[in-house]
Amino acid sequence: MTKSDLIEILAAKPDHQLPYKDVELAVRHIVERMSNALANGERIEVRGFGSFSLHYRPPRVGRNPKTGDAVALAGKHVPHFKPGKELRDRVNDAYQQELASAAS
Amino acid sequence: MALTKADMADYLFDQLGLNKREAKDMVELFFEEIRVALEKGEQVKLSGFGNFDLREKKQRPGRNPKTGEEIPITARRVVTFLPGQKLKSRVEAYVGTEQ
Repeated sequence: MTKSDLIEILAAKPDHQLPYKDVELAVRHIVERMSNALANGERIEVRGFGSFSLHYRPPRVGRNPKTGDAVALAGKHVPHFKPGKELRDRVNDAYQQELASAAS
Repeated sequence: MALTKADMADYLFDQLGLNKREAKDMVELFFEEIRVALEKGEQVKLSGFGNFDLREKKQRPGRNPKTGEEIPITARRVVTFLPGQKLKSRVEAYVGTEQ
């Protein structure tokens, strides 16, 4: 499912009266707000879905794969996602059902 | 301070002029539809942000950390997140204290 698919699905929901354009803008804004948070070093916490945080990677000496030369690489942050319990359980429960129906 | 669903709804209210109810519902539906797709075994790709991928893990030996008793960790499907290039480079530039 891509962002455009998600917009289509949400726009078709009877749960709201919003026109397609507003749904599209809403999805883009949510994603943008989440990116901005992480870019500013802020965590994201969505109960039942998961949390996003930054992990720090210390500076290291890397190698240019072509020449083999040593290159000093600065420390950096990388985004990290930890799925929440509801998401973990729903994904795995569906998988267990798939396994069970494949076995029977 | 962490960003929450309530903050995201406030942002939609401020930026798009959705009413509070609509803003809250859209945020809720956004995460719910991603969960539904993942539950169906579908990868979710949010360009500019990252991909939510699914991985199937085989059964492996585990231990009860309290008793030391050996119990197998059953085969399962898990969600992983692979940040996109754009998010990675934005986050890389963050120079504050590590979390």
